[in-house]
Amino acid sequence: MWKLLVKIFRTGRLTEKSSRPVTQPHTPGFGRSLAIRHVDAGSCNGCELELLALENPYYALSSDGAKFVASPRHADLLIVTGPVTKAMKDPLTKTLEATPEPRRVLAVGDCACDGGVFRDSYAVCNGVSPVIPVDHQVPGCPPPPDEIRRAILRAFALPRQAQK
Amino acid sequence: MDNDDFSKRFSPGFCLIPREDGIPRAIIPQNSPGSYIEEARTLAASGGRFLGLWAAGDPEPRICTAFLLREGLIVLVLPLNLPEDPQTFPSLSSFLPAADRFERTVRDLFGFVPEGLEDSRPWISQGLWTVPPLASPPGTCIPETPTPDLQEYPFVRVLGPGVHEIPVGPVHAGIIEPGHFRFQVVGEKVLRLEERLGYTHKGVDGLFRGREIAAGARLAARVSGDSTVACSLAFAQAVEQALDFSPAAGVRFMRALLLERERVANHLGDLGALGNDAGLGFGLSQFTRLKEDLLRRNRIHFGARYLFDVIVPGGVRANLDDKAILDLLEENRLLAAEVGDLQKIYDDHGGLQDRFQNTGVLLPEVARRLGAGGVVGRGSAQAWDLRADHGGDPYRRFPPALALAHEGDVAARVRIRFLEIQESLALCRALLEHLPEHSIAEPLPDNPETAEGLGIVEGVRGEVLAWVRLAPGGVIRAAHIQDPSALLWPALEVVVPGNLVADFPLINKSFNLSYSGHDL
Ligand code: SF4
Repeated sequence: MWKLLVKIFRTGRLTEKSSRPVTQPHTPGFGRSLAIRHVDAGSCNGCELELLALENPYYALSSDGAKFVASPRHADLLIVTGPVTKAMKDPLTKTLEATPEPRRVLAVGDCACDGGVFRDSYAVCNGVSPVIPVDHQVPGCPPPPDEIRRAILRAFALPRQAQK
Repeated sequence: MDNDDFSKRFSPGFCLIPREDGIPRAIIPQNSPGSYIEEARTLAASGGRFLGLWAAGDPEPRICTAFLLREGLIVLVLPLNLPEDPQTFPSLSSFLPAADRFERTVRDLFGFVPEGLEDSRPWISQGLWTVPPLASPPGTCIPETPTPDLQEYPFVRVLGPGVHEIPVGPVHAGIIEPGHFRFQVVGEKVLRLEERLGYTHKGVDGLFRGREIAAGARLAARVSGDSTVACSLAFAQAVEQALDFSPAAGVRFMRALLLERERVANHLGDLGALGNDAGLGFGLSQFTRLKEDLLRRNRIHFGARYLFDVIVPGGVRANLDDKAILDLLEENRLLAAEVGDLQKIYDDHGGLQDRFQNTGVLLPEVARRLGAGGVVGRGSAQAWDLRADHGGDPYRRFPPALALAHEGDVAARVRIRFLEIQESLALCRALLEHLPEHSIAEPLPDNPETAEGLGIVEGVRGEVLAWVRLAPGGVIRAAHIQDPSALLWPALEVVVPGNLVADFPLINKSFNLSYSGHDL
């Protein structure tokens, strides 16, 4: 047990400062807490690795008030990765339906933006926006964690995109 | 190597061509379904491990089946040029149970019918298309089923008092890939687990067709993101074998170094997640911190955190100067010490060991029958590791010791990961200390005729295999990457019954299989 405590003590605090934009009291937004539901719509799992990295001690996303939750019913923000395979089209739509309003959708990675390397395959929908409305996109293959974090923090105060 | 003996035992008239960069590998054409099944039987009976089965379609329909022997890699190719419709091939599932899902996949995607296969359920395509999507030439529009019913899959049910079903997925409660699990449960105990995969099927084999080599390499790197180095390297080896090109020693060293860095990064992540799933959040913070340090160094010295696209056919896209080498050696020393500390903490932690031991046991005999390799196989006494067994250069010079355990439980798979991290770090140290000068990437020669090649590397989960067929001018006619996950998913189904439902996440994590690499 003491070994464990020594390790914690020696490691110290690693979390890097981030700059969450302060939302003005009367603008629409999610205040100080944002619940995120991730949906993998057929990614190569590269983007997942970077989403997971957001929870490591360096990025410690939860210290910014944003956390990943287990059900879309608890979520304010859906993060979608992958080119949306034909088999995931339906589950993705259902996940969106289960997410209460107000909600935002963030497409993470080149695949989610436009299909990426998998574009125009018979088995994919070429990104998230042909399937559900997207509020914001983070390109990159995979995008580095600080860019994803910046986009998430911006989502706190993201205005709603016009419904298609 | 007793190559002569070897060719006498099997098909006459071929030999395993030794290659500097890896294990000897050969493609053996079969002229009839009878000889194909005979050869497969001989290979399986003489200790060959079935590694996978795939098809290529238009214009030369064929079935390819891979076996790994101690002597090398063999791929049997059965051309399907018979004028029958639908085209058939003999199923191997009667003596190779692992072939089942591969043959169902071929039936789904190409429409070739495995004769003698009992399981008539679809596997990958989930009935989304009205015709087999890869049967038509590239660019053809594939008609979709108007209202596919994805729920309509005849899972095998367990009946009896108190038995109920738990469906899980495809969308899981966490940052995980999609797939469906169907548990038959009584009380807390799992009686049966059945997987339903294919949700991440992106049509990779179709996308390879007609691409240039460079574009193909980008695609290969994205078959399974956490194994991008292994997939890129296997693909590069396949292209290089087809073009009869040998990379320089410096390139081979750099590739081996990158492969070990990928292994270490993944093992660190897995060990953290395993600690966390067993209730030790400390493990997650510590291991993810070490992993992040490693990824950041990857970014600095190799230009990419996960090393996407660093290995290309013909070479590598990175070079290390003396300062970088010293920095990596220092990182290596610190990491070895830190992992050593954490291993002691894990070993001494009663609560953790209680969850790990005797959970999710894969018996050595079952592992052998299923052909499990990689961390899972080695945790169940399957002594296969391409780096230790075959030792192409540079492994021959710095042979890594094989990590092996016999218990086959979660604890064994944890221990294998700890052992392999230290072994990988020792190998990295040797590679860095002896790194030859190398040019970054050389232009590939042209191929006047159609040529085929194979590549195989020991990735994080086991053997990653690549096959490529190149038309003149370096255009890919067909290619396939085989991730070891496809062989290991059935092993998970076998391991889970008898355990508590609540232990499933832990067991699943100790396998940590790729969905994307399986579904392609
Ligand atoms: S954007 Fe790149 S890393 Fe992300 S899922 Fe697609 S291929 Fe993988």
